[in-house]
Amino acid sequence: MPPVIEVRNLHKRYEDKVAVDDVSLTVQEGEIFGILGPNGAGKTTTVECIEGLRMPDRGEIRVLGLDPLRDHAELTRRLGVQLQAGHLPERLQVAEALELYSSFYPEPADWRVLLDGLGLADKAKTRYGKLSGGQVQRLSIALALIGSPRVAILDELTTGLDPQARRDTWDLIEGVRSRGVTIVLVTHFMEEAERLCDRLALIDAGRVVMVDTPTGLTERARIEQRIQFRPSRPMDDRLLTSLPDVSGVTRRGELVIVNGNDNALNAVTTVLARYQIVAEQLRVERASLEDAFVQLTGKRLEPGP
Amino acid sequence: MSALRTTAPPVTAGLGSATWRLIKAESTLCVRDKVAPLWGIGFPLVLLIVLGSVSDLREPVEGGGGLTYFDLYVPVLILFNLAILATASLPTTLAGYRENGVLRRMRTTPVGPARVLAAQLVANFVIAVVAMVLFLAVAWFGFDVDLPKHLLGFALAWLLAAAALLSIGLLITALAPGRAPATAIGTVLFFPMMFFAGLWVPISQMPPLLADIAHYTPLGAGMGAFQDAYVGHFPSAVPLLTLAAYATVCAFIAVRWFRWE
Repeated sequence: MPPVIEVRNLHKRYEDKVAVDDVSLTVQEGEIFGILGPNGAGKTTTVECIEGLRMPDRGEIRVLGLDPLRDHAELTRRLGVQLQAGHLPERLQVAEALELYSSFYPEPADWRVLLDGLGLADKAKTRYGKLSGGQVQRLSIALALIGSPRVAILDELTTGLDPQARRDTWDLIEGVRSRGVTIVLVTHFMEEAERLCDRLALIDAGRVVMVDTPTGLTERARIEQRIQFRPSRPMDDRLLTSLPDVSGVTRRGELVIVNGNDNALNAVTTVLARYQIVAEQLRVERASLEDAFVQLTGKRLEPGP
Repeated sequence: MSALRTTAPPVTAGLGSATWRLIKAESTLCVRDKVAPLWGIGFPLVLLIVLGSVSDLREPVEGGGGLTYFDLYVPVLILFNLAILATASLPTTLAGYRENGVLRRMRTTPVGPARVLAAQLVANFVIAVVAMVLFLAVAWFGFDVDLPKHLLGFALAWLLAAAALLSIGLLITALAPGRAPATAIGTVLFFPMMFFAGLWVPISQMPPLLADIAHYTPLGAGMGAFQDAYVGHFPSAVPLLTLAAYATVCAFIAVRWFRWE
């Protein structure tokens, strides 16, 4: 099956800086494809080229076999878009906006269902200018889905939402995907990427660092596991340091902290069992996507606390 | 969310209906915006009623072809309405749409941003028609001001004036970098334009130099054409051509310079 989106060697430069240096990626039918990267990495420029809002300097883009610029009219019928900065007239009411936008498409979704599904039913008569940040966000998701698109590109899906609304939105997106809609998700939220995405492209400084599943990315970063426990009786560190899967053992008070690869936990528990030592307060910290990101790009996604 | 799958009964019969809905939405927004109904219709209407109650204004204007001061105020206020729409309502709204990404968002839909612009123009045009008919009717029924004697000539002059003014509104939108500058340019243009329409002094009473200038300003030309139609002639060529020239040139530059974002 041909990919739904194909980007080859995309390059886009603004007057003073290169926004996208060299981006290639393919998105397959029915997947949720994440584009992850720090601010200014070129994520938004990339998707804006895919949407046909910007003209690439170099490179080739196909969406559902269409050229985003040449076949723009046809593309708009099949592509749902949530823009990071794309707004509605201040005085337009929520229901009016949905009804209006649904009239733009040949086969629109039922806007009333979207209104309920996104928890905006009680805001139907509220003007766009009076909505909270989260409500604006939810309305823009609804507008992206209103044309029953085959592909939806969502830029910063849950920015500005509270944790509950964020989870509700994730459920909604999973529901949309289960109906066969291909979704491209631009995000800088690790949790969101881990939870939703089938595959991720890690973008940094206008280039794709790598494309993989969230788990794959974490594994590729080769970040060690950290195992922490309190031994039920005194023990010699050498019991553990001799294990090939363990790279280091340190102590913090009564706690033993073991670093090692994916098999370290198995090896450690086996040894402890042999010596009849119980690992109390056992905790295993797995590398998160966030750790992987830092490891792979040397940068943090969000400004740290 | 399985209900999402069920496509709504076809609400639309194609893009024709989308255009119609856009026009409806933009008209609603124009009314909610209050500039057009309040300053474009309400204010000149109140002025018309107040001026109509001043008996001194019922004296014929010297060089006015038998029209009284008040008779002349009716077309002046019709031009006032067009000027408000062109300098305040239209450019502020459209420049705001560009600034806030409304037009950009529309670029990702099958309808496109050009139709938003067209819908705004239609909405303002409809408001202008309503105002014109209303002012003529109030002057006629309320204050015994006869309708223009050459109705066809008046209608043509009004259409050309509306085209010229809306083109000027588009030009302001095209040239202003944002909403605030668009509002500022509109306000700065409004007062001289209204002066040359004869809002404060009838054109025939102006010093010769100012009167000459007035004839070649959009509202002065509009006033000249209206006055011809009021006294029963088909408007003369100079004001009509002046209006047509403003409409064409401004629209041309506006289209050339227009930016969607």
